[in-house]
Amino acid sequence: MEFELSEEHRLVQRTVRDWATARLLPLAAEMDRSSRYPPELIRELGDLGLMGVFIPEEYGGGGMDTISYCIIMEEIARAEAAISAVLSVNNSLVCYPIFAFGDDRQKRHYLPDLARGRRIGCYCLTEPTAGSDAGSLAATARDAGDHWVLNGTKIFVTNGVEANVLIVYARTEADPGSRGISALIAEKGDPGLSVGKVEHKLGIRASSTCEIVLDECRIPKDRLLGQRGKGFHVALATLDGGRIGIAAQALGIARAAMEDATAYAKERRQFGRPIAAFQATQWKIADMATRIQAGRLLAYRAAWLRDQGRRHTREASMAKLFASETAMWAATQAVQIFGGYGYIQEYPVERHFRDAKITEIYEGTSEVQRMVIARQIMGAS
Amino acid sequence: MSSDIWVLAEYAGGRPRKITYELLGKASTLAQEAGGQVVALALGSGIADAAQDLAAHGAEVVRVADDPLLAQYTTDAYAAVIEPVLSVEEPFLLMIGSTAMGRDLAPRLAARLGAGIVTDCAAVEVADGAVVATRPVMTRKAIARVAFRGDGIRIAVVLPNIFAPPRPDPSRAAEVLPISVTLDPAAIRTQVLEVKAIARETLPLTEADIIVSGGRGLRGPEHFALLKELAQALGAAVGSSRPPVDSGWVPHDYEIGQTGKTVNPQLYIACGISGAPQHLAGMSGSRTIVAINKDPQAPIFSIASYGVVGDLFVVVPLLAEEVRRLRGASHG
Amino acid sequence: MDVAVCVKHVPDTEAAIRIRADGHGIDESGLPFVMNYYDEHGVEEALRIKERLGGTVTLLTAGPVRAALALRSGLAMGADAAVHVEDPALEGADHLGVAKALAAAISAQHYDLILCGKLATDDNAAIVGPALAEFLGLPQATAVTKLELGDGAATVHREVEGAIEVLRVALPAVITVERSINEPRYPSLPGIMKAKRTPLTTKTLGDLGLPPGEVGMAAARVEVLDLSPPPQRRAGRILQGEPPEMVKELVRLLHEEAKVL
Repeated sequence: MEFELSEEHRLVQRTVRDWATARLLPLAAEMDRSSRYPPELIRELGDLGLMGVFIPEEYGGGGMDTISYCIIMEEIARAEAAISAVLSVNNSLVCYPIFAFGDDRQKRHYLPDLARGRRIGCYCLTEPTAGSDAGSLAATARDAGDHWVLNGTKIFVTNGVEANVLIVYARTEADPGSRGISALIAEKGDPGLSVGKVEHKLGIRASSTCEIVLDECRIPKDRLLGQRGKGFHVALATLDGGRIGIAAQALGIARAAMEDATAYAKERRQFGRPIAAFQATQWKIADMATRIQAGRLLAYRAAWLRDQGRRHTREASMAKLFASETAMWAATQAVQIFGGYGYIQEYPVERHFRDAKITEIYEGTSEVQRMVIARQIMGAS
Repeated sequence: MSSDIWVLAEYAGGRPRKITYELLGKASTLAQEAGGQVVALALGSGIADAAQDLAAHGAEVVRVADDPLLAQYTTDAYAAVIEPVLSVEEPFLLMIGSTAMGRDLAPRLAARLGAGIVTDCAAVEVADGAVVATRPVMTRKAIARVAFRGDGIRIAVVLPNIFAPPRPDPSRAAEVLPISVTLDPAAIRTQVLEVKAIARETLPLTEADIIVSGGRGLRGPEHFALLKELAQALGAAVGSSRPPVDSGWVPHDYEIGQTGKTVNPQLYIACGISGAPQHLAGMSGSRTIVAINKDPQAPIFSIASYGVVGDLFVVVPLLAEEVRRLRGASHG
Repeated sequence: MDVAVCVKHVPDTEAAIRIRADGHGIDESGLPFVMNYYDEHGVEEALRIKERLGGTVTLLTAGPVRAALALRSGLAMGADAAVHVEDPALEGADHLGVAKALAAAISAQHYDLILCGKLATDDNAAIVGPALAEFLGLPQATAVTKLELGDGAATVHREVEGAIEVLRVALPAVITVERSINEPRYPSLPGIMKAKRTPLTTKTLGDLGLPPGEVGMAAARVEVLDLSPPPQRRAGRILQGEPPEMVKELVRLLHEEAKVL
């Protein structure tokens, strides 16, 4: 068992950490405060190959493994969480399904631009009445001969405002539940597709979250992704990889909270000494570090299994569950360590606290993750 | 091999740079240890009367190479003139100032002569016929003692502001030995097209005894005027940390730190500078450090000899006034 | 233009250094090493020249096994080839020995220009660049902040004390670069993958026709005796009171105690 990162992984880590520290970290507070999406940084991320990490080089991607993806997500999220959400959606929820389930033409048409950040992708699954129970979604895609007609409303679409490529899950078959769903590729500019309400969020404010409205939206027949009626399978396979990315994102946020709290504790003096000298503070930091390390090992193991081509549904869920709960807990502790200053926007920890929360919710809530894990262990009931 | 200590004199605007005097002073001490003479090596054009000034600062012998092709420093010309002289005379030690010229020439000479060479020397000692230099390494996180080995020529490139320049004694005279110069212009493969002085009211940073330096706390380029006023009162040079340079408030020439210059003046006054490690790497060798900053938690206070927690816009003018008062008083 | 860039693998300047108990060297265990950042600027300059004028960029390093990682990061930035001069006999070589080894490796091919960082951040020696120029018999320019090429010559800017010197240098030449010359690019992921596949050429001193006695420890004219921590600055004093009082006290201390005024 090899627990060290390879030379190449360490080079990736150092490169992304250097870039994130120099380019992203200085802008993090302002991006959050003004909910500003930074197209210039997204372009740089594309140039660095970070928008299509595990897409093979022949399609313009980074050609890297899932562990590299974890490293990248953690380093980006440590600097700023919203950009890591943009990255996660583009990489895991859009590039991956097109690569894994698309036909040759679709791969050649979409992947190079997506991998280089020249086009941005988003993922349209959730609806007002279909959240955790995604299989009950109601959006439809009517077979109209030489094209599909889509109808429905998708909500909570990350990157929805900026995206030009959309993976849409809609009902194409009469079968009830998850069996009737297909995955399709829509594009901004398709008639009948529009951006609806833009949400104002608690955290990850620099990434856009919005409604996508499909009103008699016509798309060409060749936009079906994978097989008819197998859309839910695409969604689940996609989420397995996505959850590993979110686990890494959560670890990045947790590490930001821990590092900021540690630095503060060393400087802040009360009762004649730095608060880092008090056991109560030391234990919080020790627990943060331990849980982050544990989360990282869970994430890397899930990543390793995925790279081996082995089943990793349970491991990906465990990593996402544990890492996201660690992030929320660590960010809460960090605010506590900062005391009154932790409540003030001028200090970064309140942002980590707000950013961490989404990791317990999206790509499957912690409740759903527990459901998945239990089912894997005990079988369906 | 002689026991003489040689110093390469460097000229700027017709006068020797301050470091030349510093090295001559040190050479006098070392020459006593080594049992030899202090020899100054002067290259230039129209410097026939250089000998007097060098002698006044301790040179016992002055070797002069005076030629129009030496008016501007070029690697090829200076190396071609110096190398044969060193080969023949074999000084015990040649000291060169760590200036742009010194750092360009010394390693080239060393390679040509197969000499031992140590750069960035903060101390040089001669004992029992051996020479040991001390120098900062690892971005000033450690100090190395380096010994020269073998009996060949030794070259020490010495940092400015380490040794005190001697008091000149105009009554001293030196033996002047001209060096005949036979340079082929075609063999000089670089050409100085232009020297553009950087508009600066004060001394270059690496030559200043006192530096007043400003950081992000100055809030804007116009406030450097405050520092210039204090610098004038002190006879100091003005520098800056990295943020004012990055923001375009002052040219890169002002920057002190890892991406700028390393300085070691007697007194360094840091105004509105937080004290990031990358800045400290450039000035932590200063003898006395004063920090003026309104943030009591600023890391600069942990290395300052004297810290003033206050608004620099109030403190700096008061300081300039108090310095003027002190200086005025001492002149009666 | 075919450009050679010399790079050095050095401890990360952000890392804390532990001096070994016997004072001989530093404890390298767990110490992160990176390409000397001055050399990153050299690689970047070479890559820009290649983008403008075409040609190749070849990296060279003379160092222990781990120094290959510096070559990999330069390849990941976009360099085409890399040569690693690796020989146990180079342990304890002085800077002239290292320069001789690099000169021999460089001589194997024609280069129009050789770039190095002006110094390496582990020892700040700034010796190898000019020594390399001497051993190659080439003209040099050091601490260059701007580089323009044309007509078989380079026009460079150098910062000298209080001035900028504009210098014309015949090519081929060795030029050492200052950090202000450019902003180095980050290696891209495709670059990292490509670097992984690019074979490094390894040369021993024997391959270069250099007798170890000529460049190794035996030939070294200087030797590091020991390392010690920097002198601790005595804890300073934070002055108290209103600004006028503090200023008066400060000037008094600078005059009477520190004796710098």
